[in-house]
Amino acid sequence: MSSPRPRLRRLPLHVAAGTTIVVCLFPVYWMVVTAFKPNRDIQSDSPQLLPQTWTLDHFRTAVDADGFALFWRNSILVTLGAVLLALAVALGAAFAVARMRWRGRRQFMLMVFIAQMAPWEALIIPVYIISRDTGMLDRLPTLTLIYFMMTLPFTIVVLRGFIAAIPAELEEAAQVDGCTRAGAFRHVAFPLLAPGLMATSLFGYITAWNEFTYANFLIIKHQDSRTLPVWLSSFQNVFGTDWGATMAASTLFALPALAVFLLLQRHVTAGFAAGAVKG
Amino acid sequence: MSIIRERAAIRLPLGRPSRRQPRRGSQRSAPPGPGHGRRLRPGRAWPYLLVAPTVLGMLYLLVYPLARTVLISLQDFRLRQLIRGDARFVGLRNYETLLTDGHFWQVVRRTFLFMAVDVVLIMLLATLVALVIERLGRLGRTAVLSALVLAWAMPVIAATTVFQWLFHSEFGIVNHTLTGLGFDSFDRYPWFAHGPAAFTILVLLIVWQSVPFAAITLYSALATVPSELYESARIDGAPAGRIFRSITFPMIRPIFMLVLSLEVIWTFKAFVQIWVMTNGGPGDATTILPVYAVQTALSSQRYDLGSAASMVTVLMMAAVLVLYFRQLFRQEGEAL
Repeated sequence: MSSPRPRLRRLPLHVAAGTTIVVCLFPVYWMVVTAFKPNRDIQSDSPQLLPQTWTLDHFRTAVDADGFALFWRNSILVTLGAVLLALAVALGAAFAVARMRWRGRRQFMLMVFIAQMAPWEALIIPVYIISRDTGMLDRLPTLTLIYFMMTLPFTIVVLRGFIAAIPAELEEAAQVDGCTRAGAFRHVAFPLLAPGLMATSLFGYITAWNEFTYANFLIIKHQDSRTLPVWLSSFQNVFGTDWGATMAASTLFALPALAVFLLLQRHVTAGFAAGAVKG
Repeated sequence: MSIIRERAAIRLPLGRPSRRQPRRGSQRSAPPGPGHGRRLRPGRAWPYLLVAPTVLGMLYLLVYPLARTVLISLQDFRLRQLIRGDARFVGLRNYETLLTDGHFWQVVRRTFLFMAVDVVLIMLLATLVALVIERLGRLGRTAVLSALVLAWAMPVIAATTVFQWLFHSEFGIVNHTLTGLGFDSFDRYPWFAHGPAAFTILVLLIVWQSVPFAAITLYSALATVPSELYESARIDGAPAGRIFRSITFPMIRPIFMLVLSLEVIWTFKAFVQIWVMTNGGPGDATTILPVYAVQTALSSQRYDLGSAASMVTVLMMAAVLVLYFRQLFRQEGEAL
């Protein structure tokens, strides 16, 4: 603000800011700290804010748990598949919307915006029945397809913005020099797009990585096809009162998302605000 | 929205306010004259080929399931019909069954209550946090924004699990702190065994997860308010509350309404937290519409009633969506 105010007057402001930070961070902090505490400290009558002794036992329990590597692999396969598919499809659509004029363009973008708000929570029942009828239950490609559709609208919206921000003259210059339109796009625009592709794919990655509902209801009998969120939600049933191991598993699961967000904080806040999508 | 996008674009690597660019770009690719148009004709089909995969995907993965929900909600569809596929058409009977069921109305009322409490708390806290961020210095601002982003990045399932641990009856830090503060009744208080307590925890969890997005978005809207407006108001001696009501809020109103409608729609995403944390219980104290629909369909094998309940959910969301899109188009109608 324009004039420097006395310290005292700004005190409520700093208290509010401090409270916000503590409230935001405490659950995350408590998760990590519990994961490192030995069992007797976790199950004590006077929990300590800072662990007195550190242990890696809980992480060992979590990593040694049945199928940990398998579910990790499933999650990565499904997520990568969905994100790559969404990028490939969205690149074409975003190019058509940002650089070409055609009948139905506005209607198409309206459809994309509506699809972005798709009521996925209300579509579980038909998707379950359709997958069952077509023999797609318990299979990872089903999840890949659904995550692809969940991330696609957002990817199109953001990539359209990125492509529109690259001056068309650059490509035209290349076309004058004898490039085809596709060639001009590939050699001139695509390298400029790389950061946009990177940011968009990370958003998609986080969405797919965290998805629980469909993974829970479409993978039923074939337990080997489960993904990490479902594994984590059932972790407590398996490990019962072992909260240290549960928190270690949560930490391991949350780590990729937290790291990505912190590294890309600026793009994350900007991009999410632009696309209005929550992870 | 475009206000945010433009501000956002500045920070993005290829940053450039993008609203003028696409128009220039599209003018380029539009056939300027008849002779030119003929030369571009072979490329006429290209845009349609490029968007074809997206359209097909939407048709098969969104439109078809939605149509299927409508169909099933009009049929007699239970486990037998699921296996043998000979569902009979029964008109609106399922909707009749639902709408005359007192239990269903209880769920609808609870859904609205859950939504109202969540959204009011989220918007109130997010506005406060956004105002705080705006008034902070550079360092404090970065610290608060980082904390918000970190809470935001916490995966839903991980956050849900952590909240269960925070509110654990025996070793949970919340009960310990409350007991320590003198509220002895919280000693080993089983939060998840009491309906209102479980409901409260879910509200807290949703609010904790939703405030970051709302606060950051509102903050980026606040930052666009020209500071001269504040200065002249202050010179006129207007009190802080009055400044907020007459200057700040009207300026951020469009973004505020957008965030508000998004939060209303996103209330339904609480399905995950509820399913993992309480499964709609204890009793049905935390059962909201999407949870009710899935329980009815997949647990009791009444796919027809579940689909009808899903349709009610979709209609409720559609009503809010109309508001959202009206606001969105007012914001960036020409950018479309």
